[in-house]
Amino acid sequence: MSITVKIPAQLRAATGGEGEVEVEGGTVGEALDAVFDQHDGLRERITSDGDLRRFVNVYVEGEDIRFQDGLETAVNDGDEVTILPAVAGG
Amino acid sequence: MWEEIPPGTSAHSQAEVFSLAVESLNCKECGASYELGAAFFCESCFGPLEVRYDHSGLDAVELKRKIQAGSRGIWRYADFLPFAEGERPGDPLEPGMTPLVKADRLAERLGLGEVWVKNDAANPTHSFKDRVVAVAVAKAKELGFETVACASTGNLANAVAAHAAAAGLDSYVFVPSDLEEQKLLATGVYGTKLVGIRGNYDDVNRLCTELAAERPWAFVNVNLRAYYAEGSKTLAYETIEQLGWTLPDRIVGPIASGSMFTKLGRGISEWLEIGLVEGELPIFCGAQAEGCSPVATAFADGSDVCKPQKPDTIAKSLAIGDPADGPYALDLARSTAGAIESVDDDEIRAGIRLLAETTGIFTETAGGVTVGVLAKLAEQGAIDPGERVVVYITGEGLKTLDAVRDSFQMHEIDPTLESFEREFAPAQVA
Ligand SMILES: Cc1ncc(COP(=O)(O)O)c(C=O)c1O
Ligand SMILES: [Zn+2]
Repeated sequence: MSITVKIPAQLRAATGGEGEVEVEGGTVGEALDAVFDQHDGLRERITSDGDLRRFVNVYVEGEDIRFQDGLETAVNDGDEVTILPAVAGG
Repeated sequence: MWEEIPPGTSAHSQAEVFSLAVESLNCKECGASYELGAAFFCESCFGPLEVRYDHSGLDAVELKRKIQAGSRGIWRYADFLPFAEGERPGDPLEPGMTPLVKADRLAERLGLGEVWVKNDAANPTHSFKDRVVAVAVAKAKELGFETVACASTGNLANAVAAHAAAAGLDSYVFVPSDLEEQKLLATGVYGTKLVGIRGNYDDVNRLCTELAAERPWAFVNVNLRAYYAEGSKTLAYETIEQLGWTLPDRIVGPIASGSMFTKLGRGISEWLEIGLVEGELPIFCGAQAEGCSPVATAFADGSDVCKPQKPDTIAKSLAIGDPADGPYALDLARSTAGAIESVDDDEIRAGIRLLAETTGIFTETAGGVTVGVLAKLAEQGAIDPGERVVVYITGEGLKTLDAVRDSFQMHEIDPTLESFEREFAPAQVA
């Protein structure tokens, strides 16, 4: 299954400037692992001890994975996974 | 040398001898240090960035004199805001120095000793957001941005649109499209591009975080957030000054993202450190609406992670389901033996009425949340009658009129004495 993972602009140095990475995977966790396999510098920035760091938000098709099954959230062919820093203040 | 600047003017260019040096942006999680640009998160751990100052070598007596000789609004605290010497901005809307009123009848109704209300609805666009936006827009100009923007639950939209108009900058404000009509009207009037998103605040926020990477704009609460947040410290400084350079024992304030709440703590800590005020950090009590209470829920559960929620509350200005400063708000409440409580929609409406009837201050739903939580804490017996409590009223009642609709009755009569007498029959004397 082909998943597009969008990389925040500030981390694109680690992907050689690429803003999107195409990977295979059945869950968000698998898709992210596939990204980290291609771009090793990203793993440590986004995860800590296998979990997402606490200020990292991940969305599948715009929906926060914490409202779904977290890293176990299923992804479908063509889905877009977005990684963003948590920011606030309304 | 210490020239008195007339109130209401915006000159900030006195010769300045003592001031904090603004050093860098530092990650609140891992401490990594970044240049003072439009950066907002740490590239190694995604943690939020915060402005760091050099507090060393400051003379509290001179600083105090300088503050007292400063302009009337928030820029009297320019030494504690993120601008270099000599680059202190002009500000046509200068917010701040809002009334701190002693609320004896409110205290009496709640069985409390000493209660003060900081009425921050008395700002140019009627909420505390003028403080943070004044700082962010000044920073945007300094960094050379021509367009400012924000993701907002309403009040921030009002403030960004107005301050951009005053500064002659273009603006885009993004809000959930189902916002109160008053907030939409009070934003659109400034000639901003008002963008209503079909979604909740957290959707708006996500879109703006993505847009911030695509457009060369200053999103005040995204890429300029580190500076923006500093503006809330002025609420703490004013309170201290207005209490005669002393501290309250307890603070009760609203939490949406948790930014303002935590910056109240930061402001007080800075002044304690420098010696501008003595004592210890007050007890910090945060207020949320039950229909959007990720921080209050984490507090009650003893958790240090805020699980996001889908908001459903009349307190739309506080309807942030994924509060980025939530963990820090929890730390502050816990480390000061405080609490984070929530109240439901009826308690919010009752809070608005209670404040209006006992103080003459008409607040929006966010203020209803805050007063509701104050009442709840009082009822729990959590507040000692000997305490001096300051309650932060951060927004204006005219912006959320639906919250009071049908809560009282108008007496409609003909313009005759007879008609009046019929409606208001004099009490019978026995
Ligand atoms: C009236 C009012 N009070 C309080 C807040 C809380 O702000 P923060 O996001 O800093 O917690 C907001 C935020 O939108 C607001 O509009
Ligand atoms: Zn960091």
